[in-house]
Formats: sequence, C-alpha cells, structure tokens
Amino acid sequence: MASNQIMFILFSVMIVVFSVLTVTSRRILRAAVYLLFVLVSTSGLYFMLNYQFLAAVQLTLYAGGIVVLIIFSILLTSHISQNFESSGWKKNIFSAIAALIGALLSIITILDYKFSATTEVAQEVNMKLIGKSLLSTGYDGYVLPFEIISVLLLAAMVAAIVVAKKVSPKSAELQNLKQ
Amino acid sequence: MINFSYTIWILILPFFMFLLLGLAGHKLFKAKLSGLLGTGGLGIITILSYITAYRYFFVTGKIEGAFQKITAVNITWLQFTDKLHIDMGVLLDPISVMMLVVITTVSLMVHIYSLGYMKGEKGFERFFSFLSLFSFSMLGLVLATNIFQMYIFWELVGVSSFLLIGFYYQKPSAVRASKKAFIVTRFADLGFLIGILILSFNTKTFDFITLTNPTGTAILQGTGIGFLGLSIMTWSMIFVFMGGVGKSAMFPFHIWLPDAMEGPTPVSALIHAATMVVAGVYLVARMFPIYAISAPVALHVVAYVGAFSSLFAAIIACTQTDIKRVLAYSTMSQIGMMMCALGVASYGGEEGLGYMASMFHLFTHAMFKALLFLGAGAIIHAVHSNYMTDMGGLRKYLPITHITFLIACLTIAGIPPFSAFFSKDEILTAAFHSNKILFGVEYAVAGLTAFYMFRLYFNIFWGKDTQYHHTPHEAPATMTIPLILLAIASLFTGFIPFNKLVTSDSKVLESGLEMMIAIPSVLIGLLGIGIAYVMYRKETSIPDRLATTFKYGYKWAYNKFYIDELYLFVTKKIIFRYIAQPVAWFDRHIVDGTMNAIATVTQVISFRIRGFQSGQLQKYAFVFITGVIMLAIFFIYLWK
Amino acid sequence: MNSGIPLQYFLILATVMFFTGVYGFLTRRNLITILMSVELILNSVNINFLAFNRYLYPHKLEGMFFSVFVIAVAASEAAVAIAIIINIYRRFTTINVEDVNEMKF
Repeated sequence: MASNQIMFILFSVMIVVFSVLTVTSRRILRAAVYLLFVLVSTSGLYFMLNYQFLAAVQLTLYAGGIVVLIIFSILLTSHISQNFESSGWKKNIFSAIAALIGALLSIITILDYKFSATTEVAQEVNMKLIGKSLLSTGYDGYVLPFEIISVLLLAAMVAAIVVAKKVSPKSAELQNLKQ
Repeated sequence: MINFSYTIWILILPFFMFLLLGLAGHKLFKAKLSGLLGTGGLGIITILSYITAYRYFFVTGKIEGAFQKITAVNITWLQFTDKLHIDMGVLLDPISVMMLVVITTVSLMVHIYSLGYMKGEKGFERFFSFLSLFSFSMLGLVLATNIFQMYIFWELVGVSSFLLIGFYYQKPSAVRASKKAFIVTRFADLGFLIGILILSFNTKTFDFITLTNPTGTAILQGTGIGFLGLSIMTWSMIFVFMGGVGKSAMFPFHIWLPDAMEGPTPVSALIHAATMVVAGVYLVARMFPIYAISAPVALHVVAYVGAFSSLFAAIIACTQTDIKRVLAYSTMSQIGMMMCALGVASYGGEEGLGYMASMFHLFTHAMFKALLFLGAGAIIHAVHSNYMTDMGGLRKYLPITHITFLIACLTIAGIPPFSAFFSKDEILTAAFHSNKILFGVEYAVAGLTAFYMFRLYFNIFWGKDTQYHHTPHEAPATMTIPLILLAIASLFTGFIPFNKLVTSDSKVLESGLEMMIAIPSVLIGLLGIGIAYVMYRKETSIPDRLATTFKYGYKWAYNKFYIDELYLFVTKKIIFRYIAQPVAWFDRHIVDGTMNAIATVTQVISFRIRGFQSGQLQKYAFVFITGVIMLAIFFIYLWK
Repeated sequence: MNSGIPLQYFLILATVMFFTGVYGFLTRRNLITILMSVELILNSVNINFLAFNRYLYPHKLEGMFFSVFVIAVAASEAAVAIAIIINIYRRFTTINVEDVNEMKF
C-alpha cells in the first residue's frame, strides 16, 4: 500500500468520523471544534489532489475565518458548557433513514457510472496561472465571476452589519409600539 | 304632407318629467311645485296631441278617402342582423291618434284632480313622477310602430301600474294588490310574448304596417299550417289576445282589477278605468286585420271572452258594496262589451261596424268612467269610506259631485243624448247583425249596467239619511273642475262622427241609428233605472228580501263566483304543495346541501392539513429532501 | 500524489460527508449547528469539484475556480447567517429552531 493511499484513508476516516461527531455532539463548542478538524482534513485532501492554493484558502478562510466566526457566535448566544437537549427520536430516525437512502442512492449511482479516463497532460497549477486566470477576460478568464463575488462579499458584509447591529433606542421604541 | 316628427316630444316630455320628478323631486322642488310641473308637462303634451289629432284627421291624414298609417318617427334601436332589428318610433293612424287624445285628456284631468286629491300626502312628488312614467309608457304603447316596441311599453305600463297600485306601500293590502296585479298580468303577458314570437317568426317582421296590411303577404303567412285543428296564425293571435285578456282584466285574468282599487282613486280613474285596461282592446284593434282576415277563430274567442266577461262582471257588480269595486266590475263589463264588439266585426265595409263601435265606446267609456271614478274619489274624500253602506243622502252636501255623477250614470246607462247611448247602440247593432246570442248577452248587460249604476247612485246620494261624524263638504276646485270638464265630455263626445274617423279599413262607414235597436236598448236602460229606483230610492227591505230569496245566487255573486278562491286553491293547494314544496325541499336539501357539504369538507380538510404549515424549518427541509430523493429514485430507476 | 486512488473513493467520501451534513441539518436544533451542517455540505461539494477537475479534466482549472467561488459564497453566507442568528437571539432569546416558528399557519 502506497503512502498516498494510507494518507487518503487517514483523511477519509478523519473526515467521516469528525463529520458524524459534528452533527451528533451534544456540546456545541465541541461540535465547532470537530468541524474545524473536518475542514483541516479536507484541506489535506486538497493537498493530495495537488491544489495547494485551494488548500491554503481552505485553511485560512474556513478553518481560520468561518470556524472562528461560528465560535464567536456560539459564545455570544450560548454558554460554553451548554448541552443541548436531544431532539425527538422519531425525527432522528426518519432523518437518518432519509440520509441513508440518499447516500446509498448516490453511491450506487457513482459506482455504476463509468468515468472516462483522460489522456490529457495535467496542467501545472501555480500562483501565476491562478492570478492571470482570475483577472483575464479571454478564454479561461474569470474576471466576471471574480467581480461578482467581490460585490457579493461586500453586500454580505454590509448586510451582516446592518442585520446584527444593535437597534437604536428610538427605533426599538417604535418596534415596541408596533407590537 | 305635414311633418309629424315633433310627435316624438309626446314621448320624450313625460319621460323627462318622470326622471326630473323621480330623481330630483323631493330635493329640488316643494311638493306643490312638482305637482304643478307634472301637470304642466302633461298639459303641453295634451296640446301637442290635440294639434296632432286635428292635423291628422282634418288636414293631412286622409289620402283617397282613407286615413293612412304614417310613421312619423322611426329609429332603429337594436340591430341584431340585417333583417332582425327592433325599432322605436311613432306610428300615427286613426286609433293611435284617438288613443292619444283619450290618454292625454284623461291623464290631464287626473293630474289636475290629483293636485287636490293627493294634497298633503306623503310622497306627492313620487305620485306625480309615477303618473308621468305611466303617461310615457301608455303613450309609447299606443304610438308603437312595431309589436316589439308595443310589448316593451306594455310591460312598462304594467310596472307603472304596479308602482301606483302599491303607492301606499305601508298598507299590506295595497302591497298585496300590487303584487297580484303584476303577477297576473305578467302571467298573461307571457302568452303575449309567445304570440309575438310565433307571429314574427312566421311573418318575419315586427312592423305593424307590414303586418296589418290587408293586401300584403305577411298577413297570409302561417294560415295553412295546422296545430290541433287551428292554424299557426290563429294560435299566435290567441296567444297575443291572452296578453290583452290580462291587461284588460277579462275573464279569467280579471281577478287583479278589483284589488287594484287599493291604489289612490285618481290612479284607478286613469289606469284602471280609462287607459291601461283598454290596452287589450287597443291591441286587438291594432292587430285587427290579422284577426279578421287570417284568424277568424281567434276573433271568435275574442268575442266570446268579451261577452262572457261583460255578463259575469255585471252580475258581480250588482252585489258589491265597495263603490270602487262596483266601478271596477263595471269597467270590466264595459271592456268586455268592447271586446265583444271587436269580435263580431270583420274587416272593411258594413261588417266593420263592430270595430268602429268598439273604438267609439272605448272613447266615450274613457270619459265617463274617469268621471265616475273621480266622482267616487270626491265622495270617498268627503266621507272617508269606500262602502256605500256608510253613505246616503249625500246630494245635499256634494252638489257638483252629485250632478256630474248623475250625468255619468245616465251616460253609462245609455240614455240619450249622452255619449254612451250612441256607442253602446253601435255595439248592440253590430252584435245584432252578426250573432244573436251575443246580442242577447250584451242586451242583458246593458240592463244590468243601468241597474247597478243606479243602485250605486241612489245608495250614495239618496237612500237613508246617514249621520256623518263630520259634515261632508264639497271637494276643492282642483277636483271639481275636472269633474265638470269630463261631464261635458260625456255629454258631447257622442256626437263625434266616429264612423268618418275611426273605422276598420280607415274609410268612411255609413251608419246611423237603427231605431229597432236603439229604442229597446233605451227601454232596458230605463227599466234598470226604474228597478233601482224602486229598490234604493228610499231605504226599503226589498234588497234584503231578494238577497234571501236568491240566497245561493247572491252569495256566489257577492263572493265573485269564488274565482279568487279557485285560483288560490290551484296555486296554494296544488302548485305550491305538490310542485313548489318538493322543489324547495330539493333546493334546500340537495342543492344547498351539496354546496354546504363541499364547504364543510373543504373546511375540515384545511383544518387537518394546516398542520403541514408548522413553521418548523426542519420539517420543511425534511419534506424537501425526501422529495428530492424520491424524484431521484423515480428518474434513475423508474423512468425508462 | 493521487495514483492508486480511484475517483470513486473521493466521490463516495464526499457523498458520506454530504449526507452527514443533511442529517445534521434535519436533526440539530441549534441554529448554529445547523449552519455547521451547511458548511459540511458545501465542503463535500468542493471535494467533488476538485476531484472531477483533477481526474477528468486535469488540463483545465474550472473545478478549482468553482471551489474558490463556493468558498467565497460560504464565507458570505456564514457572515449573514450569523448576523441573522444574533438578531433572532435578541428577539426570541433563543436560537432553538423549533421555537422560532412565527411563520406557521
């Protein structure tokens, strides 16, 4: 067994185990940490697939950004040690059945499908190429989605601030009056 | 040729008055002013009608010795197809011009009279606006150029009659009477409509001039095709006559007329004596060439229905005590005579005497019957009662009313030289020359008429000296002036040479008094008066004794031969119980039940399924994902 | 680096991760943990993108760029979602999704 196969198995097991733990853990902060592990393992897979840039993005943005954000919000809205009450068993069972059927369906389909092997020579993914592609307008150029995503990020930032902003006393009064 | 197009104003003006008084009456004007406005408007129309009559009869109408039918105005109103269109217009011919004069004269008298009679009543403006509506509809009816226009105005007349009978809408009896009148006449009008449809289907035209052209082709349509032994044309004319029977209160649709006396007395005078009720006679006269040439069987029906109604009503009139009802039955009887006269006539020449007599009698009857009703109104106004048992000896208190009423009674009894003597004489002559049985009936009716009219007269003005709570006083000038004018009309209209003006073929008809008929008819009139004098001049016990002797006959006649009860039995006991009730049950339980069941089921289901909208995000997500999986399974494995 | 590992392994791994996320989304009651489940789902999709790109179209970069954009969308989504969660917490003093059912019938 080659080393890359071992690594793949390691990452896969980590991803599966921590995913399951993320969605089943009673403690919310722990769940967040398990999620972090999942994300980190995923970035490991990205390295294996030879997408170093994306792996780095994954690490910084997901593991560094989003998880931290989530943990912050957890701290804002709940106690660290808070257990949350288990949901009803009926709901769990039905959801599990649905998820299992869905997973089985997908896996069977994947295994059935013959993916045509490629003969193309793999392209070297370096930073220069990524930068050029992102900013070029021609074939293989992604400047339009890049711009759109930048606008989206700006809008999301503004929206997050507006939504989460503390209500001013005056408008709070108004809101109370309305209720 | 004189232009008659101004006659359209005869229709527009009263309609305008109706709108003005009806919509703005009680807001804009005082009661008195609106009454004067209505009367003034009608005065103008009356003058216009007189001018028209003068110009038609004496200046221009006659061409080659016959009066022409003139279409003064014609507007295409509803254009369905090239050939099928309904027009509105003004048709002038001898009978429509004559009716114009009758209607406007009587209507004007009634308007003036109402100024006094209705004074201080609630809804004074409403009354005058309804009167205007009635005048409009009645004038539209007589001036109609085609049968469909006539039908529209025919219904409008029915509506205004309904409105006026129910004028005291707070009185339950008035409401009942108005409903009864409307429903009964409406039922009869259904026959009229069927008749119109059959007729115009066969002849392909609505137009009167085309329809009644005696040498045209329309008149010969459908005479051959038979149904139940009668030609299609005969059937259609019988159906058309059914409308006339309803409107003119002939047997068996007469039951609404006595009840219609619940309306104000001027209304009874105008609508239920002089104008509207003769619409049936007018209708038959209008379609007369068709009746006479292509549907003689229908004409026989007209004659027999008329004769029977006249006798029937005359007998009932002898027993009634409500003076307005006596007059109502007398109206029915007189209209029956007109119908009978029409029925015994035939088209053209000497045989057309009955047509002329009928129109003549229509004219004189309008005058004296309006006078009788207005006189009765004055009496009721003074005594505050409708019953002749509450009256007696009134001649001292109401001199003008007394004289005019006496003139009217003498007129209706057919005493020369009053007008009805001439017209009734013509009717009897016509009947004598055509059918002896009908002559006998009409002769008897003439005697009965004289009897019951003088029974009324003696009971009111002579008879017992009744003590009144308030001394009855003569009516105001607005009421007596119309009485006097109408009395003069009753005196002199008999001398109008109708045989030169209104005849079946519009040519001059040579006729004169036939002494062989005239003398017996006067004699029987005098006999009737004499019997009435003996029985009612002073208070005697003869009437009571007679009533006990002919107990059953009297009772039957007093209860109007139980026709109302018969109809009630048929409608209530048979139609309502065995048809209407099951239908109502079906409607309430099956039709409504189905609807209710649908509503209930919907409600129940929605209460059940509203749980789906739980607001639980995860339930929605679950359904969504399950759905996606199902679809995936379906498309991957089942969709081949 | 990926020789000897068939494409299907990556895909099956992503599927398992995806449906674990779905399961979490359906069962967790805390809005923040639901958000985490969504992140799992997004991640599994990213794995798919990259695996396809590497195995089937190695001469192109579409899959990678899609992943970049997915990550950017996920980031903004997380930001807005957390803002909303905080607002809900202010209003209802809970972030239990079962208690936030104002939109029911």
